[in-house]
Amino acid sequence: MSRYLRNIAGAAEVSGPVDQAAPSGGATRRDVIVAATVAGGALLVGCSMSDALSAGGKVEVGAFGPFIKIAPDGAVTVISKHIEFGQGNHVGLAAIVAEELDADWARVTVEQAPANAKLYANLGMGAQGTGGSTAIANSWEQLRKAGAGARAMFVQAAANRWQVAPGEIMVRDGLLSHTATGKSASFGDLMAEAAKVTPPESPTLKDPKTFTLIGSQRVRRKDSVVKSNGTAIFTLDVKEEGLLTAMVAHGPRFGATVASFDDSAARKVAGVVDVFKIPSGVAVVAKNTWAARQGREALKVTWDESKVETRGSDAILADFKKVAAGQGPADVKWMPFETKGDPASAADGELFEATYDFPYLAHATMEPMNCVARVKGNNAHLSFGSQIPTVDQLNTAKVVGNLPGAVRIDTLFAGGSFGRRGNFQSDYVVECVHIAKKVGNGVAVKLVWTREDDMRAGYFRPIVHHDVKVRLDKDGFPASWRHRVVTQSILKGSLTGTPKLDETAVEGALGSPYLKATPVVDAQLALPDVAVPVLWWRAVGATHTAFVMEHTIDQLARKAGKDPVEYRKTLYAKAGAKRHLAVLDLALEKAGSTVTEGYTRGVAVHESFGSVVAQIAEVKMDASGEPRVGRVVTAIDCGVAIATDQIAAQMEGGTCFGLTATLFGQITLKDGAVQETNFDTYRSLRMNEAPTVETYIVPSGNAPSGAGEPGTPVIGPAVANALLAMGRPATASLPMVKPAVA
Amino acid sequence: MAITLEVNGKAVAVEAAEDTPLLWVLRDDIGLTGSKFGCGIGQCGACTVHIDGQPVRSCSTPVSAAVGLKVTTIEGLGGRHPAQQAWAKLDVPQCGYCQSGQIMTAVALLTEKPTPTDEDIDAAMAGNICRCGTYQRVRAAIKEAAVIAKALPDTTSAAPASAAAAN
Repeated sequence: MSRYLRNIAGAAEVSGPVDQAAPSGGATRRDVIVAATVAGGALLVGCSMSDALSAGGKVEVGAFGPFIKIAPDGAVTVISKHIEFGQGNHVGLAAIVAEELDADWARVTVEQAPANAKLYANLGMGAQGTGGSTAIANSWEQLRKAGAGARAMFVQAAANRWQVAPGEIMVRDGLLSHTATGKSASFGDLMAEAAKVTPPESPTLKDPKTFTLIGSQRVRRKDSVVKSNGTAIFTLDVKEEGLLTAMVAHGPRFGATVASFDDSAARKVAGVVDVFKIPSGVAVVAKNTWAARQGREALKVTWDESKVETRGSDAILADFKKVAAGQGPADVKWMPFETKGDPASAADGELFEATYDFPYLAHATMEPMNCVARVKGNNAHLSFGSQIPTVDQLNTAKVVGNLPGAVRIDTLFAGGSFGRRGNFQSDYVVECVHIAKKVGNGVAVKLVWTREDDMRAGYFRPIVHHDVKVRLDKDGFPASWRHRVVTQSILKGSLTGTPKLDETAVEGALGSPYLKATPVVDAQLALPDVAVPVLWWRAVGATHTAFVMEHTIDQLARKAGKDPVEYRKTLYAKAGAKRHLAVLDLALEKAGSTVTEGYTRGVAVHESFGSVVAQIAEVKMDASGEPRVGRVVTAIDCGVAIATDQIAAQMEGGTCFGLTATLFGQITLKDGAVQETNFDTYRSLRMNEAPTVETYIVPSGNAPSGAGEPGTPVIGPAVANALLAMGRPATASLPMVKPAVA
Repeated sequence: MAITLEVNGKAVAVEAAEDTPLLWVLRDDIGLTGSKFGCGIGQCGACTVHIDGQPVRSCSTPVSAAVGLKVTTIEGLGGRHPAQQAWAKLDVPQCGYCQSGQIMTAVALLTEKPTPTDEDIDAAMAGNICRCGTYQRVRAAIKEAAVIAKALPDTTSAAPASAAAAN
């Protein structure tokens, strides 16, 4: 998502003060009045920072910079500016530093950076945040330099101590040595002297050919033990003296507000401390989670539904189809995203027509949204899985009336996100801050959402409708490609400002090698307004464009009487899509020619987040008539592979995530109300339905690109194409398995 | 009301309404936060604990149902259980949120069937959802745990977790 966030103005302006190696307790009281400019308008904040000690944004930067801490015993801590919610980025980030530093990998640990956009901005966003599969990509050079810089400081310190030339000193596994004199010393031995060395401005980076850690099997997760013994701390696990737990009664439909409420029964529930209205509903604050929940059950709330969205999802989709057919409202405009050639020149070819419909999808993270906030005066201190801390600081600051940079956020492990925690509205965060503000006194308030709260809150992957008309040339390849996409804009009205073209809606069709190989293209996007909150969902636009492009290509190949794999290869050659060819060839080679008995293969290839993934999926219909996926051979080109086992893990997980959506994923609205509110109706892939994914990585010298998302969008069309190969009809709408009861 | 539970081999007294789900008593009153809240209706398995060695969904089990029985949570496995070793060895967790529940279900399976087949694993583990999609590593880790357990000199290590916790 990084490129969508580039417009967040002035990360530096919304970040807080930085104390260079400030002595602890050295902060002073001061009053500030600052104007912080934020995209979309100016936000004037006048505030008295009465307690600077509790203000956030302050970071003590040590001698080795904001990303590296070295303990007196030589143990290395790598500071991650990115949240870890499963992607495995922490281990990759640590490995980049450790490689250049020549640290002892066994003694490298990872610590989460606090919120501070000055120090810890995602270089692709200009704000601190994780998304768009950019954690490794944007950190690559930055952390190599950080590691190499620290290494140079140790080398210089050893050279000074031993009175030898720096170039004669070797560093390996945290140990410096000088062969001629036989002298050696550890990082710990030299730390005090190294800390005094001026860091080099442009440290010499290693030749990637000499990497010993990056890409090796030694790069394994650092958090597997704590995530296997119950000690990893998630937001839900925060304990603190006097902590209160809150639940909120939300309206039944999007846009509902509280008209009135009766809290007399709720207040009688043992453990309930307070009940009050906040902008998003009615909050029940209690001494523990169950009391909060029982209190909420006992509430009677009357909702003002005068401004709610009352359409069902069927009606919204029907409206989208009208737009695609040119019968939409006059204010819905078409925006071209790829246009070339003269349609008349291809008017007489054989015509292929298809439409595709995609439903709303919930992220359904295993850990429902939650947050811990403490507010004292206008100081706020939050602990939770913050995906875009800069935005969460900004939205919190508006509630408490302080500088965004003064909002302290301690980012914890999150039980998944898939995009949900990266929200311009910071919806659940703001809700928690409102409650903590009312409670006051710096008392910790833990907002807990139930699964139902989480799934009713929206921020879904939007409904999407595609309409594709392709005319084939005499050789059976696309001569002209007309493409219409109708969906709801994710970025409209967001912090970034409304973009001219919301690429999140078309990425993957936009830039497709198939369009590049087609002489005449007329591809356009329309974005009607819907009052259902929508958001990026792992792989964003590719969640539907990959399906449409790859399933269409298979159908075109079959229409032309050609083998789908060879058909793709011809088009990749025309488009100069060498990386697509390479992953497809690697997947084919590794899959071999023997198909598992009873299964049929389907192929798909898609580029997203800078990486290209090919999958060959073996599919069969099970006894109940549902597609089952067995072996999935995956090839990925993601540039330099740092944590190869985690790249494999992301392909495995991304495939399951994409397969869940393909087979089962669907949020329906009835008269504007969410129907699927838990895992009994929002079906998620289970052990007995899970495929076995093999991952192969194309060797590359290119800078690293994404791995967290590119594995998600490819399995859907691979399965649909396998169904085609079985002689079954094309898939025109997802999910494939329609619920028994609508 | 005052309730006494036996959790991970220790007697614990708590004050809770008897219909309070065991999960919230474990988490909020006893401070054992390894068991997670995922769905509240016994659909996802993130809250799985053992009662007398049997895996149960603590989010939908009233605390009263555990009185007089041995409750074991992820913390009670002790950290070196063959399943935990296998989980770490194969880097099973991604976000990690569901893994306490996955492990508790797997440990119960391994206790009942020390060498589970793929079908056994499908049947036992189908109640535990992982949205990160770690299923194939969970499967591999269960098989690896079986191997680790067999290599141990004392075969009681794969015995019910409540026994392991008492050590």
